[in-house]
Amino acid sequence: MSKAMNTSGYAGFISARRLLFWSGIVALCAWVLVPIYLVALGALGGRTGAYQWPKNFLPTDISLQPFILFLKTEGVFQSFLNSLGAAGITVALSIALGAPAGYALARYNFRGKDSYRLLVLLTRAFPLAILALPLTVSYIRLGLYDTVLGVGLIHTVLALPFAALVTQGIFLGVPRELEEAAWVFGCTRIQAFFKVVAPLALPGLVATAVFAFVISWNEVFAASVLTVRHRTLTAYLLTVLSESPMHYRFAGGLMLILPSVVFIFAVRRYLFAIWGVSSK
Amino acid sequence: MTQNRSWIPYALILPSVVFLGLLFVVPLVQTLWLAVSDNGTPSLANMTTMVTDLNFGRSVLNTFLLTLAVVPIQIVMALTMGSMVAKMNGGRETILWIWTIPLGISDLAAGMVWLSILQNTGYLNSVLFGLGIIERQTAWLTYQTPVALFIGIAIAEIWRGTAIVMIIIVAGLNQVPKEFKEAAEIFGASPWTRFTRITLPLIRPALQSALILRTVLAFEVFAVVYALGGRNFPVLVGEAYNWQNQNQNYGVAAAYAVLIMVISLAATLVYLKAVKVDPERLP
Repeated sequence: MSKAMNTSGYAGFISARRLLFWSGIVALCAWVLVPIYLVALGALGGRTGAYQWPKNFLPTDISLQPFILFLKTEGVFQSFLNSLGAAGITVALSIALGAPAGYALARYNFRGKDSYRLLVLLTRAFPLAILALPLTVSYIRLGLYDTVLGVGLIHTVLALPFAALVTQGIFLGVPRELEEAAWVFGCTRIQAFFKVVAPLALPGLVATAVFAFVISWNEVFAASVLTVRHRTLTAYLLTVLSESPMHYRFAGGLMLILPSVVFIFAVRRYLFAIWGVSSK
Repeated sequence: MTQNRSWIPYALILPSVVFLGLLFVVPLVQTLWLAVSDNGTPSLANMTTMVTDLNFGRSVLNTFLLTLAVVPIQIVMALTMGSMVAKMNGGRETILWIWTIPLGISDLAAGMVWLSILQNTGYLNSVLFGLGIIERQTAWLTYQTPVALFIGIAIAEIWRGTAIVMIIIVAGLNQVPKEFKEAAEIFGASPWTRFTRITLPLIRPALQSALILRTVLAFEVFAVVYALGGRNFPVLVGEAYNWQNQNQNYGVAAAYAVLIMVISLAATLVYLKAVKVDPERLP
């Protein structure tokens, strides 16, 4: 009898703990998701929604109209294109410069390897976007000031160290024996790389590219300092912030959030592999 | 590798070295020089202007307070999240994905998200009104409510920045061998003991890099603050931005940049010393 009561008490204790555990998980999910839901309501609620009091938490008065109106505002679409351009340059450059370095770090032992790693790690201890400040002067001289290319270059400084470290991990994951076998069968090193290594490393490289894209897409400070008329989306939103109505700010926030969320979803499998490597 | 091919790795790293040299090392030196010179001659004028500026003291204080408030909470939250997913079997992937969503969100967007909640006719006030706590719309984000503004900015930063800490910590937790925990369990260690004596020491490298990354980012805080409080809450990077873009004074902006770099480097060194990573104790 008493034994039976004990077990049921124990089971109750277990299920109470499980309940607590799962409510914790649900609460943390809500903590992440509810604010995004609310800003979406704000973006799709228009002017009347923004000043409605008290607020309605249900999506009853929303339509795409206010968001489309925001997209048609002068400067929004152009800055969206500029953001895409800067992010595209960042992706191309950080992979083109970072992946060879990552390959060298993964496959070769050479003098200066540690110094190189130190240089790459050193960039992490610096608030890199701040470097945009002195760059203004050089950029004006070189004709890079207020250009999408200039923004892409500084964003590459942010993404390149990351790309080098991550691609090192990716190439370490491709067995060396496969590459050597290709050499034995008469491939040159370059052929072996593109026929054997590259296909195996491709998913990881794509994930690295996506991260480089997100780094550039989200960067605010350097982009705002280095542009005046050819603003990226973040720089545009920052400069018009104080004079925009509330619902435009929410629409801008939503527009910044959507692509990154999709991208993070696309690379979710690689998140931990990548950060496990780059945090060593 | 064979001797005659020893040039290959150098050829592979050269482009990135040149690039980082031109766009990282050169601007770094330029910043230092700009900060301590005036019209091409060494001078402390920029530093003096910075230090005597009305907003200087407040921006230093605000930046440090924000970092001190945000980083520890993020580490604790990330450790909690990491331990929670470690206990899960089904649905682990989905939960992890949801928790990492803020990783893709810029600080500017995070500021706008929390603006929709904290503004006068926002959702926080609506809830408080519904509960009968407030009678009319209340402003939280003005210079007259510095504490509320500080808490609002801190919450937005915690909301956005915890994901990256969690990812690094989960990646670290994944590398802890199961045997260690099982052995401790067999010897009767309580969950708390297992956590403090086994897990924490083993994820020190992850903890260290999460701390460095997050602290450097916290000293760079800018767009969240600007989106929520405008210029009501001065921070270091915001001041640098104003000196550069509004006042067109690149020298004082560079002085702020140097200050931010020195603080970030100092924090990194402190973490490297304080969170010692003993290679022999790693799995």
